[in-house]
Amino acid sequence: MLGYTIKRLLWAIPTLLGVSIIVFSMMHLAPGDPALVMLGEHASKESVDALREQMGLNKPLIEQYILFLTNTLQGNFGTSTISGEPVLYEFLERFPATIELSLVALTFATIVGLFAGILSAVKRYSVFDYAAMSTALAGVSMPVFWLGLMLIYLFSVELGWLPVSGRLGYEFDIDHVTGLFLVDSLIAQDYEAFWDALKHLILPAIALGTIPMAIIARMTRASMIEVMKEDYVRTARAKGCTKMQVILIHALKNALMPVITVIGLMLGTLFAGSILTETTFSWPGIGKWLVNAVNQRDFPIIQSTTLIIATMFVAVNLIVDLLYALVNPKVRLG
Amino acid sequence: MKKLLLAALLLISSVAFAAPQYGGVLVFGRSGDSTTMDPSHATDGESFYAASAVYDNLVQFKYGTTEIEPALAESWTVSEDGLEYIFKLRKGVKFAKTKYFKKDSEFTSKDVVFSFKRQFDENHPYNKVGGAFKYWSAMSMSDIVEDVIAVDKYTVKITLKKPEAPFIANLAMEFAMILSADYADELAKKGDQEEIGRKPVGTGPFVFQKWTKDDKITFEANKEHWNGRPYVDKLIFKVITNNSVRAAELKAGSIHIMDFPNPAEVADLESDPKIKLVKQEGLNVGWLAFNNEKKPFDNVLVRRAIRHAINTEGIVNSVYEGLGKVAVNPIPPTMWSYNSDLKGYEYNPEKAKELLKEAGFENGFETNIWAMPVARPYNPNGRKVAEAIQADLAKVGIRANIVSYDWGTYLKRSSMGEHDMVLIGWTGDNGDPDNFLNVLLSAHAAAEKPAQNRAFWKNAEFTKLIDEAKVTTVVEKRTQLYKEAQLIFEQEAPVHPIAHSIVVAPMLEKVQGFKLDPVGKRRFKDVWIEK
Repeated sequence: MLGYTIKRLLWAIPTLLGVSIIVFSMMHLAPGDPALVMLGEHASKESVDALREQMGLNKPLIEQYILFLTNTLQGNFGTSTISGEPVLYEFLERFPATIELSLVALTFATIVGLFAGILSAVKRYSVFDYAAMSTALAGVSMPVFWLGLMLIYLFSVELGWLPVSGRLGYEFDIDHVTGLFLVDSLIAQDYEAFWDALKHLILPAIALGTIPMAIIARMTRASMIEVMKEDYVRTARAKGCTKMQVILIHALKNALMPVITVIGLMLGTLFAGSILTETTFSWPGIGKWLVNAVNQRDFPIIQSTTLIIATMFVAVNLIVDLLYALVNPKVRLG
Repeated sequence: MKKLLLAALLLISSVAFAAPQYGGVLVFGRSGDSTTMDPSHATDGESFYAASAVYDNLVQFKYGTTEIEPALAESWTVSEDGLEYIFKLRKGVKFAKTKYFKKDSEFTSKDVVFSFKRQFDENHPYNKVGGAFKYWSAMSMSDIVEDVIAVDKYTVKITLKKPEAPFIANLAMEFAMILSADYADELAKKGDQEEIGRKPVGTGPFVFQKWTKDDKITFEANKEHWNGRPYVDKLIFKVITNNSVRAAELKAGSIHIMDFPNPAEVADLESDPKIKLVKQEGLNVGWLAFNNEKKPFDNVLVRRAIRHAINTEGIVNSVYEGLGKVAVNPIPPTMWSYNSDLKGYEYNPEKAKELLKEAGFENGFETNIWAMPVARPYNPNGRKVAEAIQADLAKVGIRANIVSYDWGTYLKRSSMGEHDMVLIGWTGDNGDPDNFLNVLLSAHAAAEKPAQNRAFWKNAEFTKLIDEAKVTTVVEKRTQLYKEAQLIFEQEAPVHPIAHSIVVAPMLEKVQGFKLDPVGKRRFKDVWIEK
């Protein structure tokens, strides 16, 4: 197992190097001198030169890349060219918002997805099955930003039930301890703020969680149907278990194996989806921040943040793989 | 009829005499977050908005205009040679006390010296804090300012390297806002210099409370402000990135004023009885620059012919979606010295053909139009404008091909003069006519390539007027000179002005007293909410 773990860890290195090269070259090969684009019509020869110098664009590309890499390895993620703030400081200030949204969206996706999947499998070819599965199909196909806008129009503008955007009403002010508002408001024992933060979470969590929810539902259904055909389920039935016992104890436990893997990997999808969701709902997380940085060609932010996210993605994959290997010897020996 | 008249009178009087009310929270929904609270480093409008709430300048733009009025400087005098400015500072102005700065600190000459010197004195302890001073460089301040000296507690002398009348307008810009020297010292002692860009201390109408990145900034009214306290008790800047979502927030009543609506959504917002619009021409101009160095555009008859051939009103109506005003002059009408006697060139294809014939181009000629690939404040769609001009020119026999590049390449190649005709424009920095006429049209701006004067128009008479206005500090005299310069511009037709964009701010009906500043500021001191 140790050998397998080391092998997998070493494999992560070329992956991350590859990511860093792609990110770096994509930004630098994009047409147009970034200094010129930033200054626009106001660009005079002197100001362009000064800005290029300041952004470190005068050095050869390979030198810029090596500098970026060595700095990153030393934990120095650079300084934003726009705000002059350290990238890590800005990242950490926004990261909790993204974590909170992703976790709530994942919880929503898991609960609803599992429930719909199990019910569809058990009541196969029923009206509920058809309804749930077509909803799931629609869910997978719907663009996040469109769904977000539709939810806003229906629930916030027309019905007025939920807030339009943001994380917390402006009348509330809670201390940022963890950065997760649901937790922070509970720490401060400000239940009104908790309720307000929860209300702000509902629509973006639905928008972000719909695709994972649909995937989980379809996956659960397929897996349940598969398992229900197994001999041990028949045996359970034969020995007189109730229907509930058969479904929940014998079938579900086994059916969940592949589903759990998918849920683990879904965290990556959620990060990607959060870029669109955060922009739509003005959610002050890293997704929106990153889009902004791309628009303003803030190289240090784009490079470092993409690398941080890629590292997390690789780490999650690694953990899932290792867990898999732990339960399934075939993987680590094969 | 009498009743109607009476009702109208009542309405007018109720509007005119409605006394401003104090109190309440004003929420301003905007499209992006500030990047820094240190205005000397900022280059984006969003950072400037917050800076305008917290800080003051020595001089400021009169609310809603480009005229300069005293602010932290009560008065100033300029020496005969235009090289020495002496500012008498307002006495008894205090920097706001906050949770992080509790000192009782009066605004004096040391704060002015601190705020300016750190931007050009490389040995200043705050010169290396927070990155480059981008606007100081962009406005070429190091070529203008020689030194900033505290004569006594309430007098500051600024010496210049050359006479430069627009210098006073530069002092009303955000990069020239006054920060607290005491606060900077306190931070330096703790080794927390970077905090100056995160937690601001100023003398402005609002006091900074809290900044949640990408979400909101909270301010409280500065009840001690030297120019009277703001009407509202609290001001909140809320970031709502998506334009449609921001409009939805306004309709839901959760914000009071919104910045930058989608042009297509303005009509819908206007139809909402709870919402009203405040409009103003932006401090910008979009135009088609002829390359005066190239044939046949070196011929004034050809340039005039093209000005007659383009149906500018048609273009503005179709492309700007109601948010543009046909341009006649190279400067916007909101700017002082705008020459309103000039009427531009009427749309008249017949006259255009006659002029072309006179110039020897009876059968027209072949040329190109460069269309910008990006939306700009002064031109929302370069491609569409180019296509409309192409069609208009075809009617008088001029065959124009449309050319486009990515934005960076476009700027670069057009500044080298590779185009025949190029769509381009400008957004003003400091509200001074010099910032348009000199930077974009003088012979100096075309002296070497890359050039800002993309018309490559080098008119000696025009340039002489601009140069004279630059060293004259009397506003009336400068106005006269700029008006004359605009007349030459009209006769010589070096470019074809197309439009000034119109900036719209939708807001709740109960919000009163808000004005859009032509220079792009958003100021809330005089805004109040009807109860």
